[in-house]
Amino acid sequence: MSSSSVLSAPLGAASAAAAPTARRPSGTTVGIALYVLFLFVPIYWLVNVSFKTNTDILSGLSLWPQHPTLDNYRRIFVDPEWHASFVNSILYVGINTIVSVAVALPAAYAFSRYRFVGDKPLFFWLLSNLMAPPAVYAMPFFNLYSATGLFDSIWAVALAHCLFNVPLAVWILEGFISGVPREIDETAAIDGYSFPRFFVKIFLPLIANGIGVAAFFCFMFSWVEQLLATTLTTVDAKPIAGMMSRAYSAAGLDWGLLAAAGVLTMIPGAIVIWFVRNHIAKGFALGRV
Amino acid sequence: MDTRAFANRAWLFVVPVMIVVLFSSLTPMMTVVNYSFQDTMGQNNFFWNGVGWFQNLLDPTTAVGQRFQGSLLRNLLFSAVVLAIEVPLGIAVSLCIPKSGWRVGAALVLIALPLLIPYNVVGVIWQLFSRTDIGLLGVGLTAAGVPFNVTQDAASAWFVIIVMDVWHWTSMLALLCYAGLKAIPDAYYQAARIDGANRWSVFRNIELPKLRKVLVIGMLLRFMGSFMIYTEPFTVTGGGPGEATSFLSIDLVKMALGQVDLGNAAAYSLVYNLITLTVCWVFFTYTTHADQKDAA
Repeated sequence: MSSSSVLSAPLGAASAAAAPTARRPSGTTVGIALYVLFLFVPIYWLVNVSFKTNTDILSGLSLWPQHPTLDNYRRIFVDPEWHASFVNSILYVGINTIVSVAVALPAAYAFSRYRFVGDKPLFFWLLSNLMAPPAVYAMPFFNLYSATGLFDSIWAVALAHCLFNVPLAVWILEGFISGVPREIDETAAIDGYSFPRFFVKIFLPLIANGIGVAAFFCFMFSWVEQLLATTLTTVDAKPIAGMMSRAYSAAGLDWGLLAAAGVLTMIPGAIVIWFVRNHIAKGFALGRV
Repeated sequence: MDTRAFANRAWLFVVPVMIVVLFSSLTPMMTVVNYSFQDTMGQNNFFWNGVGWFQNLLDPTTAVGQRFQGSLLRNLLFSAVVLAIEVPLGIAVSLCIPKSGWRVGAALVLIALPLLIPYNVVGVIWQLFSRTDIGLLGVGLTAAGVPFNVTQDAASAWFVIIVMDVWHWTSMLALLCYAGLKAIPDAYYQAARIDGANRWSVFRNIELPKLRKVLVIGMLLRFMGSFMIYTEPFTVTGGGPGEATSFLSIDLVKMALGQVDLGNAAAYSLVYNLITLTVCWVFFTYTTHADQKDAA
């Protein structure tokens, strides 16, 4: 990009006035506002229902709660089974994120810095696991984890989600590591750093953003995946989705409870996005722009 | 020119990944392969069945073959429709994201939120939203005189599932494209301004070519995502009405865990997996080829 920076130097002063947004801000603002509206109307509807009593919900349509109540949330907060399901979900997501990033780091470094026998087929094989349909694994995972005694534990779900999160973390980290000049590795070696010391003291801080983004994606895909999470658990490690399916009872749907639980599952995601908001765009491009 | 050092000791770095992923992928896959070539009369007695299950699956005149073909075609149609909507819409949204100030962060956080909602909750949101008694969309459409009933009418079910997927995933394409747009140096826009280029030709000749790489990644991720979709449509329609929204994963889970039809489900799994593997391989060779061309 050296040629472009030479070109931009004399024109730098003009660039502020040339920004297309300065001329017509209205069109794009309306566009993004409409899209955000499209995203949030269904979410608002869930929030709306979560503050209603079940009689209110079934007595007809109203754009906001006529008799606002926290009762649906109270029922979740006082029930130890609901607590346990939230704790289970957060635990397996946390374990999965830590394991995925930890094992992916050295591998991503190897793929970025070295050529070795079988590197390309190996990378393809990893990538192919990212694309494998979880439905294909539902039945064999059930057998595997029953046989190893891990069935119905948070470890079963944490390990099962490694199937797609480890390759994803390798892919993202490889993109970010390739953005760090190789001269840094060489300079550190000349300065007498041993490899482990270089990796921890110098290299990890340099790719801190990439680690954050990789952890964010592992969190995201483990938090949202429900097919494997509910197939591999029954009682002890029941995740939120497992508890939510209880609201579908023979007596009819408990919409208030279901909506309140749904609203609560959005909170961890919203918090995590807030932390990575400055890196989120690059992260979605897997560090590859 | 690839200047990376050749070092086979780099394999040591890859060993932890190999152990974790092999445990999670190869061991279960071997179970599936095992079932796919055997049959059982119960009591855990298995006998060799050769390629019988596969012949059954790939022959559209058998019951299983018909089911597989139906689900495959429905799934391909679904993937094609959501890609055709989400890709242009995602590009359009990315062009609308503010360029500077606090509004950038706000817009990114707001549009990313649907991506972090658990899949079953996405299903619950749209199941609720499209109900004709208590959902805003369902009530609104009915009031407007549109015949709408997700549980009875296949067209309504498809409509909700497609809108749901657009709602759920367009943001991912928008964020990808936004990252691609941010990587375009200002100088390109300045040069276009000097040449007197209009907004369309700036998009056509500068922005779109620079988005190619992220769009390929985005389209692959969206194809795969829609091709293995399970929880969201299952929550809304349960695969119905009838078989109308029974996609490959929904059909497979019903066969494997519901009916415990091991042989057929195993053959189904392998063929299903082989299709995704082929698409993945085409993508992989395409991108490595494109990268080499870029480097040259």
